[in-house]
Amino acid sequence: MAERGLWRGLAIPGVVWLLLFVVVPAYAVVAVAFGKIDTLLQPVPVWNPLDWNVGFVKEAFSGVIPGGTYWSATRNTLLYVGTTVALCFAIGYPVAYYVARLSGRTKGLLLLLIFLPFWVSYLMRMLAWIGLLAPNGYVNEVLGFLGIGHTDWLDGNPFSVIAALTYGYIPYFILPVYAGLDRIDMRLIEAARDLGASRIRTFLRVTLPLSWPSILAGTVLIVLPMFGDYYTNDLISGSPNTNMLGNSVNLLVQGGSQKNLGAAMVLVLMTILAIGMLYYLWETNRQARRARA
Amino acid sequence: MSATATEPGSATVARPPAVRPSRWPAWLTNPWGRPRFLALTTWVYIAWALLPVLAAILFSFNDGRSRSVWQGFSTRWWWGDPDLSVFHNPTYTDALTHSLELAALAMLIATPLGFLLAIGLSRWRGRGSGSANFLMLVPLTTPELAMAVSLLLVFTQLSVLPFTAIHLGTTAQVIGQVTFSISYVVVIVRSRLAQIGPEYEEAARDLGASTRQSLQHVLLPMLLPAVLASALIVFALSIDDFVVTQYMSSSGETTTVPMLLYANARGGATTPALNAVATIMVVVTLIGVGGAYLVLRWFGRHSGEQQKQSGAMADLTGIE
Repeated sequence: MAERGLWRGLAIPGVVWLLLFVVVPAYAVVAVAFGKIDTLLQPVPVWNPLDWNVGFVKEAFSGVIPGGTYWSATRNTLLYVGTTVALCFAIGYPVAYYVARLSGRTKGLLLLLIFLPFWVSYLMRMLAWIGLLAPNGYVNEVLGFLGIGHTDWLDGNPFSVIAALTYGYIPYFILPVYAGLDRIDMRLIEAARDLGASRIRTFLRVTLPLSWPSILAGTVLIVLPMFGDYYTNDLISGSPNTNMLGNSVNLLVQGGSQKNLGAAMVLVLMTILAIGMLYYLWETNRQARRARA
Repeated sequence: MSATATEPGSATVARPPAVRPSRWPAWLTNPWGRPRFLALTTWVYIAWALLPVLAAILFSFNDGRSRSVWQGFSTRWWWGDPDLSVFHNPTYTDALTHSLELAALAMLIATPLGFLLAIGLSRWRGRGSGSANFLMLVPLTTPELAMAVSLLLVFTQLSVLPFTAIHLGTTAQVIGQVTFSISYVVVIVRSRLAQIGPEYEEAARDLGASTRQSLQHVLLPMLLPAVLASALIVFALSIDDFVVTQYMSSSGETTTVPMLLYANARGGATTPALNAVATIMVVVTLIGVGGAYLVLRWFGRHSGEQQKQSGAMADLTGIE
């Protein structure tokens, strides 16, 4: 049918673009990770899977487990990302809940204010904290005034990195959670209260389970970029002590002549994230099945 | 009998028997009271989210060289200083120009590509459509670093056309930005398509229009606000992008504002002009997003649709 050809024809330019600049590059990462290295330390990609060299991939995978070269980066990543997600939930959920329950002018204003950081460049927001956390900055001034003392916030301090990650990524967590909470049918909550459930029980048995999918979506939305984040660490810490996996990849690919290993590290990163994504899909599927039942 | 306040009988009568005495004050336990704790958390969050940025903007007007200690108000870092101010220092003006140039190019390429892809994907049923839908989602679910590394390797290692013709620098930067922007355009246009529904097109077809005519004279005008909005969003995404733009850059001439921030934010010698250039970037982004929001809202109102308050804003962020 001619019509079907029309729709496919409209999609083709975009699909070709994505094939050229998403699929082919993805395979280039695999080919370099399983590739060789020439005498000038330049990577030589191997496109044919039959000729693959597993050395770099082996090195990368054995590097990220306990005892490996990159174990500290893996440990930092898991620790920082885990803490950041917990903090985003602890701060972001009440905010999203409050705004979702409001109506009228106040809601419009608050929505605008919580959407605003979303569109202030991430690096600008880091720049703001660098100024405040500087040795002579206002954070130290306030702490000194309170008699707590002076801290080097910007020199390999893991707490600064976690705080900066939370500050940077929390808008991306709040938005889907807000959207999820806003969609909840108020009649369900009223019904639970009418049937005698306490406020806490209503929250735990009705509101929280209904917003669970959006909490998961928000978590995915912030975990994915954090696994590739090297700039927060570079800006807020600048010390190898707080390196994350993103820093390892960036150093190998942009910093030196170890592009093969860098590409292999990207594969490691994608494997870890794939495990997480599979859990997410399994969990959302389970939720959908339960909702139908 | 003395009428003391401690008389047991009157106290029991006065108090309704069902209410248990509570350890907490009434305003805390009253379920119909104002949610003070939530309101406080929200306002504290908003202050925490926005005040540091405002402080950084304020520091661009600092009278001294410091970006962390206030030394009085001046506009020397904006235009006062003949060499170092943001509008006179070529490092900053070049980065600003290059950022805007990239944003314009990315917008002009990604918007039509994404628009056609959105319409195509929403109607195309058959072999390949499922994979195309999946492919469209890949850039949204990959860390940007992985995308940047993959593009860098393909442009530097693959000796096959068209990749040999693409060199790091402006071309590669535009390609990288377009690649992740397409998905956003598709999401925005498709959410608008879903709002419109099939009725208008069906009516056009019933009245004798061909598929092409109904597309051109009915659907296209109705989709125009979404197309404009997504163009502005691509503009904003491009201006703010750091990772892909940095990986695709080649030399000092292809430095953008976010790259300047990354390279100089920690430097002790950097002047508040850096805050000024960051402020310009934030303002440009917000103008773009604000414009997109107004376009969506204005058209949403005038097409007589009952849009939820957050509808337009949610559209902009790709949340259904």
